[in-house]
Amino acid sequence: MAVVTYLDAIRQAMLEEMDRDPAVVLIGEDIGVYGGAFKATAGLLERFGWERVIDTPISETAIVGAAVGMSYLGLRPVVEMQFVDFIACAFNQITNFAAKSHYRWGAPVPIVIRGPAGGGVHGSAFHSQNPEMYFVHTPGLKVVCPATAYDAKGLLKSAIRDNNPVLFFEHKFLYRRVKEELPDGDYTVPIGKAVVRRPGRDLTIVTYAAMVHRSIEAADELAREGIEAEIVDLRTLLPLDRETILDSVRRTNRLLVVHEDTRTGGVAGEIAAVVTESAFDDLDAPVRRVTSLDTPVPFSPSLEKHFLPNADRIAAAARDLARY
Amino acid sequence: MDLSDSGIGHEGKFVKAYLTCEESLEIYYYMRLNRSLEELLVRLFRQNKLVGGLYGSLGQEAISVGTAYALAKGDWIAPMIRNVGALLVRGYKPRDILTQYMARYTSPTQGKDGTSHFGDLKERHVISPISMLGDLIPVLTGVAMAGRYLGHKIVAMTWIGDGGTSTGAFHEGMNLAAVQKAPFVAVVENNQWAYSTPVSRQAPLRDFADRAKAYGITRYIVDGNDAVAVVRTAREAVEKARKGGGPVLIEAKTMRMAGHAQHDPAEYVPCEMLEYWKARDPLSRFEKYLGENRLWDEKAREAIHARIERELAEDLKFAENSPFPPPELAEQGVYCEGCHSVEPEWRRSKAEVMPPKSSTEAAWTVADFGGIEGPKRASSGKRTTAKR
Repeated sequence: MAVVTYLDAIRQAMLEEMDRDPAVVLIGEDIGVYGGAFKATAGLLERFGWERVIDTPISETAIVGAAVGMSYLGLRPVVEMQFVDFIACAFNQITNFAAKSHYRWGAPVPIVIRGPAGGGVHGSAFHSQNPEMYFVHTPGLKVVCPATAYDAKGLLKSAIRDNNPVLFFEHKFLYRRVKEELPDGDYTVPIGKAVVRRPGRDLTIVTYAAMVHRSIEAADELAREGIEAEIVDLRTLLPLDRETILDSVRRTNRLLVVHEDTRTGGVAGEIAAVVTESAFDDLDAPVRRVTSLDTPVPFSPSLEKHFLPNADRIAAAARDLARY
Repeated sequence: MDLSDSGIGHEGKFVKAYLTCEESLEIYYYMRLNRSLEELLVRLFRQNKLVGGLYGSLGQEAISVGTAYALAKGDWIAPMIRNVGALLVRGYKPRDILTQYMARYTSPTQGKDGTSHFGDLKERHVISPISMLGDLIPVLTGVAMAGRYLGHKIVAMTWIGDGGTSTGAFHEGMNLAAVQKAPFVAVVENNQWAYSTPVSRQAPLRDFADRAKAYGITRYIVDGNDAVAVVRTAREAVEKARKGGGPVLIEAKTMRMAGHAQHDPAEYVPCEMLEYWKARDPLSRFEKYLGENRLWDEKAREAIHARIERELAEDLKFAENSPFPPPELAEQGVYCEGCHSVEPEWRRSKAEVMPPKSSTEAAWTVADFGGIEGPKRASSGKRTTAKR
């Protein structure tokens, strides 16, 4: 057991998978000699060499395309997007080539596309986004958003071993802020399974990634007021773990969905629909949402602070819901 | 004679009797089958027996067949919409194309997709295209890189039109292939038209092979309507790529002799232009070549035509008698769960890519400091690390 940061957990997952399976290769910009913009691949070139840690030109489309091609020969490439915002440049390769390959002609695409997402680091509009919902709307992809170091490592290992294209959105705010003791040996965390982070009887907060931590802060505050919030960490957005969400809502009868992604078209809308379709009679109050604003991510700290959800806003919405 | 980088491909007269009699007849069979199959598809389209649009390769048969013919069995291809000929060379049968266009359950995609959108990872090494142009270039670059990584001596090949070279994906893919020195051959079929847009509106280039200069790679220009020249040029390109010479771009000059698809009467194409190219029809030229070089006689010709007629009749019957897929199939196969059977085929020692053998110094070799005076060389390439 050793204390490991969220970032190092990700590095460990890649290192261990590459040690386990020579079919695992890394491809991306500045991941080799430099070790990645956030050092997620530090030391991996030294260990695995130029053939397995491939520095590329600035070409997100070509990087993802090449990864797809490699996967057709049985390799398991892990693509790094230097910032996940740049995934937009590879949109066609991901949504049309990779996602539809197995359905259309039976050719699986076991690739992982990982990289830093999310705000709170003053990165402005092109280094802070949460692009998950562009991809949650694409059948054939899996979308993973870990919140803890344990999950980051275990889910990345599962993603590398998965036979489908997996988008692995790491929250860069958590990289060095979140750490925990991790087991020494190999372990995985299953894709598609949510987890109850904190049990509670009064309402359910469904959330993921950095907002899990904001929601826990809010829940601690609410507990002092006698409101017990249950926190469901989705961990995977696609496929969505409907059972865990519905099971919690059936016990608490109140649902608050919290995400850092923008409001319109965010996963909260889908979750609200799932719950009203399947557990309408269990609800004692309308479903509530706390999200970021429907704007690009603004730069100045005062603006970004206003843009992002925080523990106070989560607690306020939860109080309203509990009293409804 | 190595003609790479001369900007000139092999002329038909130079390579007379380059092909054996057996090869010549085989190539003729594929070209003729390509055309006859597409003539049959046109009839079926007009009879409303196809589902969706019909895309043809009339006038371009020598390119698909000739370039695919230059590959070895284990090599990889990804055809585009006008490369039925390449699929036939790769071992697909007319029934595969007919059932795809007729959306039947017996098609290679079971009706999940149409046209030439199908493939086979295990036997034929064919990758299905998508409709967005340019995207196959990086994908086949990845195939070539993976093949090299696993120790295969393979070449990856794909085709793209003059219009497709305008995409960003084409540029990104060619550039990645070039810096990786990937064993990859890109065939640019310059057929003068991208739907209704002439080549002059795609790029102010007469020779699309000039694009290769920007990637620092080998290029060829070949008469795409001369099957012998195409085979010879493609063989040279393929061997160059296979031997580690990096990617190769072949520009095959040709003409799309019909509309973009069957619905398009192509009234924007000048009649004189069609006449010019009709006189250069690849099948007529190859028939003339076969006759002049006494590679066949009337009996051989009739035998090939009879074989094609028989195969098409049988396969049409098969396709017409095939059912449409059951509706529930629409819900299946979005994800691959428990079905993955594509294991890497290692033809080198895995130990070479595992520590400690794989371990290396993380440092770039910098041989040229990049100044305006010209190459300034550190003694035999300087290794640079972050340490100062």
